[in-house]
Amino acid sequence: MTTEKKQAELIREISGVEPLKCMKCGKCSATCPAYNEMDIKPHQFVSYVANENIEALVNSKSLWKCLSCFACIERCPRNVQPGKLIDAARQIVLRQKGGDYLKDEEIPELLDEELPQQLLVSAYRRYKR
Amino acid sequence: MKYSYYPGCTLKNKAKDLDVYARRSAKALGFELEEIENWQCCGGVYPLGSDEIATKLSSVRALNDAKEKGQALVTLCSACHHVIKRVNDDMKNCDDVRERANNYLKLDAPYKGETEVLHFLEVLRDKIGFDELKKRVVNPLTGKKIGAYYGCLLLRPSGVMAFDNAENPSIIEDFIRAIGATPVIYPYRNECCGGYISLKEKDMAKSMCEKICESASGFGAQMLITACPLCMYNLNKSTDNNLPVYYFTELLAEALGVKEESEA
Repeated sequence: MTTEKKQAELIREISGVEPLKCMKCGKCSATCPAYNEMDIKPHQFVSYVANENIEALVNSKSLWKCLSCFACIERCPRNVQPGKLIDAARQIVLRQKGGDYLKDEEIPELLDEELPQQLLVSAYRRYKR
Repeated sequence: MKYSYYPGCTLKNKAKDLDVYARRSAKALGFELEEIENWQCCGGVYPLGSDEIATKLSSVRALNDAKEKGQALVTLCSACHHVIKRVNDDMKNCDDVRERANNYLKLDAPYKGETEVLHFLEVLRDKIGFDELKKRVVNPLTGKKIGAYYGCLLLRPSGVMAFDNAENPSIIEDFIRAIGATPVIYPYRNECCGGYISLKEKDMAKSMCEKICESASGFGAQMLITACPLCMYNLNKSTDNNLPVYYFTELLAEALGVKEESEA
């Protein structure tokens, strides 16, 4: 089994998503508030996993642009949940050694007086293991 | 009526107002918020991976604590509410999560999602009733035009959150009417503020919040109210004095005449 095939299976397993349910309506991309910032768009996540094109997906900057706002998950007429796929791809990266998107050393200069604790814990959970 | 209360990390620090005004208002309305002892941080975001367990345990501990006291669990922060409500749904409906979490925690009795999770706004709507709240208001905020900012976490995914209609919610508008003010409905009220993106990509969050604030101002709002400290922080980076952002509990305490009370 190729690495990409294994990773595609892992993404399906972690996310619990069946990409073949997608009917390509594009509603997820239409509703995504981070669409303009993404190189691979929400409706494409599904094809990347179905086609086992995982290398490109895990290197995509979209992983770090998704806001977990659940708009795509709420509005998908087929309950495919593209947001869960992108999170699983993120997990593949984060669960590898050195895969963190946020380093502790970066934190001090990102802080300001008003910054709520909630922001730090949320970012730690989405960007780090 | 006594509820278990889960304040969460931010309400003990940067969002003290959200907490203090809620406690004063609860007292004025005749219900008690009993803080869960030794609660642990919810993690801020719900872990989406179906194999995640450790990241859900702090929520399960809080939920089980409430269950053992026979109380419903009340939250205030949108993020805590989102995480705890979704973990509770997993414990109720997902065999794998329930079995593994219980194997790990070894509680006196297994936790199976028995606790009712209520956001403070749901207590006002479903337990007190907005009509009753209206009767208790001594200082109505007459003439104030207020935009409700819902954001994402209270509403979506609606199947689990079951908070309100996710596309056309009304609970905060009904709250605004109950305290005597006028709600302003604007299209961006359930759009994302950027959430945690504002840590590393401040410009992205700022442009998202500018759209929200412009939309609200354009429809005539004089202020916004929210239940989420992170929404508040992000919105405050984009708004100016023409559209201040408040926690809904601050306006509630003001309307109930308990805002200036010396002790919480």
